[in-house]
Amino acid sequence: MPAVSKGDGMRGLAVFISDIRNCKSKEAEIKRINKELANIRSKFKGDKALDGYSKKKYVCKLLFIFLLGHDIDFGHMEAVNLLSSNKYTEKQIGYLFISVLVNSNSELIRLINNAIKNDLASRNPTFMCLALHCIANVGSREMGEAFAADIPRILVAGDSMDSVKQSAALCLLRLYKASPDLVPMGEWTARVVHLLNDQHMGVVTAAVSLITCLCKKNPDDFKTCISLAVSRLSRIVSSASTDLQDYTYYFVPAPWLSVKLLRLLQCYPPPEDAAVKGRLVECLETVLNKAQEPPKSKKVQHSNAKNAILFETISLIIHYDSEPNLLVRACNQLGQFLQHRETNLRYLALESMCTLASSEFSHEAVKTHIDTVINALKTERDVSVRQRAADLLYAMCDRSNAKQIVSEMLRYLETADYAIREEIVLKVAILAEKYAVDYSWYVDTILNLIRIAGDYVSEEVWYRVLQIVTNRDDVQGYAAKTVFEALQAPACHENMVKVGGYILGEFGNLIAGDPRSSPPVQFSLLHSKFHLCSVATRALLLSTYIKFINLFPETKATIQGVLRAGSQLRNADVELQQRAVEYLTLSSVASTDVLATVLEEMPPFPERESSILAKLKRKKGPGAGSALDDGRRDASSNDINGGVEPTPSTVSTPSPSADLLGLRAAPPPAAPPAPASAGNLLVDVFDGPAAQPSLGATPEEAFLSELEPPAPESPMALLADPAPAADPGPEDIGPPIPEADELLNKFVCKNNGVLFENQLLQIGVKSEFRQNLGRMYLFYGNKTSVQFQNFSPTVVHPGDLQTQLAVQTKRVAAQVDGGAQVQQVLNIECLRDFLTPPLLSVRFRYGGAPQSLTLKLPVTINKFFQPTEMAAQDFFQRWKQLSLPQQEAQKIFKANHPMDAEVTKAKLLGFGSALLDNVDPNPENFVGAGIIQTKALQVGCLLRLEPNAQAQMYRLTLRTSKEPVSRHLCELLAQQF
Amino acid sequence: MNLLGKLIRFILIQNRAGKTRLAKWYMQFDDDEKQKLIEEVHAVVTVRDAKHTNFVEVTPAPILSAPQFRNFKIIYRRYAGLYFCICVDVNDNNLAYLEAIHNFVEVLNEYFHNVCELDLVFNFYKVYTVVDEMFLAGEIRETSQTKVLKQLLMLQSLE
Repeated sequence: MPAVSKGDGMRGLAVFISDIRNCKSKEAEIKRINKELANIRSKFKGDKALDGYSKKKYVCKLLFIFLLGHDIDFGHMEAVNLLSSNKYTEKQIGYLFISVLVNSNSELIRLINNAIKNDLASRNPTFMCLALHCIANVGSREMGEAFAADIPRILVAGDSMDSVKQSAALCLLRLYKASPDLVPMGEWTARVVHLLNDQHMGVVTAAVSLITCLCKKNPDDFKTCISLAVSRLSRIVSSASTDLQDYTYYFVPAPWLSVKLLRLLQCYPPPEDAAVKGRLVECLETVLNKAQEPPKSKKVQHSNAKNAILFETISLIIHYDSEPNLLVRACNQLGQFLQHRETNLRYLALESMCTLASSEFSHEAVKTHIDTVINALKTERDVSVRQRAADLLYAMCDRSNAKQIVSEMLRYLETADYAIREEIVLKVAILAEKYAVDYSWYVDTILNLIRIAGDYVSEEVWYRVLQIVTNRDDVQGYAAKTVFEALQAPACHENMVKVGGYILGEFGNLIAGDPRSSPPVQFSLLHSKFHLCSVATRALLLSTYIKFINLFPETKATIQGVLRAGSQLRNADVELQQRAVEYLTLSSVASTDVLATVLEEMPPFPERESSILAKLKRKKGPGAGSALDDGRRDASSNDINGGVEPTPSTVSTPSPSADLLGLRAAPPPAAPPAPASAGNLLVDVFDGPAAQPSLGATPEEAFLSELEPPAPESPMALLADPAPAADPGPEDIGPPIPEADELLNKFVCKNNGVLFENQLLQIGVKSEFRQNLGRMYLFYGNKTSVQFQNFSPTVVHPGDLQTQLAVQTKRVAAQVDGGAQVQQVLNIECLRDFLTPPLLSVRFRYGGAPQSLTLKLPVTINKFFQPTEMAAQDFFQRWKQLSLPQQEAQKIFKANHPMDAEVTKAKLLGFGSALLDNVDPNPENFVGAGIIQTKALQVGCLLRLEPNAQAQMYRLTLRTSKEPVSRHLCELLAQQF
Repeated sequence: MNLLGKLIRFILIQNRAGKTRLAKWYMQFDDDEKQKLIEEVHAVVTVRDAKHTNFVEVTPAPILSAPQFRNFKIIYRRYAGLYFCICVDVNDNNLAYLEAIHNFVEVLNEYFHNVCELDLVFNFYKVYTVVDEMFLAGEIRETSQTKVLKQLLMLQSLE
């Protein structure tokens, strides 16, 4: 007879569950549920008072229905009634219902809190635990306000049962995390620390978690926990495998408690007291020794539990980073795991060794495992293990092994999973630059990268190689020769054409002496690629051509012929047309001297932090790449990869010729009045007529300005649709592409830029918003040379959005020629607050294959922000007025980007609120205010952002007069830092 | 250090078809987020086999697209047709949580006498009690099987 029979006492429930399971279809299930709901409703409404059992049964059925995914809109009151039953089974169902279906109905909350209060005071440990578990599960601010003061008392009361203490400790932890302000430190804190000495290991297990959380904010108040934790740990570690009876798990004494204690110790520096420290070091050594002993059981549970402690011990050793002996022992132990048959252990060893590699004490020891790690990169079946191996190789790389590691990573790249290729490319690029002894090796490596994984070589990478070649005259000739050779491959990647075009335009003269690479040969080689390239690359090549006219006067006639061709002068793309017209005119009107000055070689780039490193950091979050930033930097490579902001005197001010055509200084008489653009080329392509009356837009300028790169060319985002049989109808819109959210996020704080780009299509956005109205221009650029047919972009309003946001669109031409772009105007009106953006669905046929793509249109509620200036006093008054819990939304989150006050300011202003100075007493914090304008209503918003540079965290608080708006704004904004 | 400290985000029990047999949330998620997480956990976990680790880091954007999930990982173990998954901080101790799952499963097995999927379906409200005894507020509360079972049997005897 099983301990628990099916349905146990609630036969009606078991029958109902069986019925549901027997339903053959979703419809049948819904029918059965509706029948049950009607039945329950009539029972609850009936005249006859229900007994406790029936109430319990029906509430439990409602809960089951809810868990199946159906909405429940009644029964709350009956559940609350169950709370005051004096039968455990009824009370339990009542509490469970409340915990799962939290409802902020204030009337009910009062009743619930009342019932909890009674149970807490009942002195019945079972009821007290139920009440505490409910508070811990709900964890709302209301509950915090009602009980935060009582729970510490229950926790330290001498007569509380052990199980109650366990629950109280964790309940308090939950309330403290939710609302730290509600839990005042006090006399009880000292007594909580002493729970580490409690006889009941379960109480200690719960208490350590609480102390670990509390001590992070009040390290000094809890300092005494160090010695208590050490002695507790020492007793566990030195106990025999059976001493702790109930708390021994597969012959390992108290593994979870040990892990928790070791984590608590990681909140503090090494103990100051020599005796305590000695005892702790002894513990750590004991754990390392035990790892060498033969296992007491063959079961994986035994080794897992033992190794859980071992890995946490190693984490603590790394955290202290002060005991060379222990660090090296840890490294050796991990080295053994690298070849273990358990995949889990190999993975964890690679991960843990990665942090060891950055310690000066263990760096050398880690390096001895290079062959094993390289082997892991080649043979591991699980991609996440290979990823760790790549991380570790990156972390252990230094001057001595760079060539080996880089060549292994390059080899791996040929077969690497798509998901990690870009990251490997960045790593190789950084290592190659960092540890380059001779720069020809560096150039070879980067060109190999482009050859092997050209699609994953982002702009940062190829910009960087150009910067380095420009800055080092000893490598320029070699670079020119190498790219020239690389370009001779029948199919070479477009990125290779870009690098080749730029380098030959600057340094092609260095190899022009060899008849095999004479000027006409160089030109015809480059021009043979021209027609296969995107607009951006063709624009770059046109600049190369005009530079050739200066470098090699003999090519002038040929190049002028190319520029004069109708396909250039009348190109549908405004950028190409403009360049052709201007370069042609320049080459015919300017004297040789003027031409030589205007088209002079680019000046050296100012030294700055490698843009690649910055990108890797962005990708991996703060702390990535730190292995390279710390003390092991090679001085000799600093000249290139300084990572240091140059002092003003060392910044080479761009000479007038940096403005490639020098036209800003002296426009040639014949300069056509064609619309010009400045800054980043790829954005400019869609910029249309801009105000800037200059011609400076050359791809080269993008290197100098190091603007935030426009949406990196992301070949991953290839139109996802692998040619379905027929064009989908206009109604069914595919789900947004996986990157849609990320792309949307980039537009929360800005209005213009490239929304999307793949090999076929680029979509640019320009938009402006005023009050509750907005206008958006979408630019669709066909990057191919083939016409798009049936081109139809449409805007779709999912769900209720129709009533919240009105978007009027105009149809665009159904054909988009190769290399051309079309523009679409959207008029937008915000009717009321909304949470989800409209979708933009783009369909067309490319070479006969239907393509479709769904994106999120960058229209978020904050676009309708109107900044509001106000004095500190007014701000605080309004802040207080918005003090209802549901009006506030708060998020604490890790910084994803470097924490820079100026950048933060710009983002907040871009977000739309006014920034208020002198409001927050802490000058590090940001305070903002604004009003969201919609047709139906206005929503006042206040915000406060508190950066914590030390912890690399932010806390963001939003208060608005409308609850969903607070939460939504908070989510939108939190993703920007 | 993460201000939130270590914390279980959620515990999920799913079968191979993706039906949820238990979902216990320790952070505020709205219903859509919950549904999305449930689906994505199912998608990443079911494609893995014995040669893979029992850990899935959810760093790349395609899985769990909201950025706040980037610091999470899922530790899971498969028992017959059921996947037991715990979502924790990336810095948390993998093996400790892996064994916490096993400890939990052994308790269920003892409590339901050779537990099977149907026990979890018909006694869903009791499974919550077992969870609350062993995990509370996103932390491990009690690890001793003897203590937990004793408490559960005591509760079982109450009316």
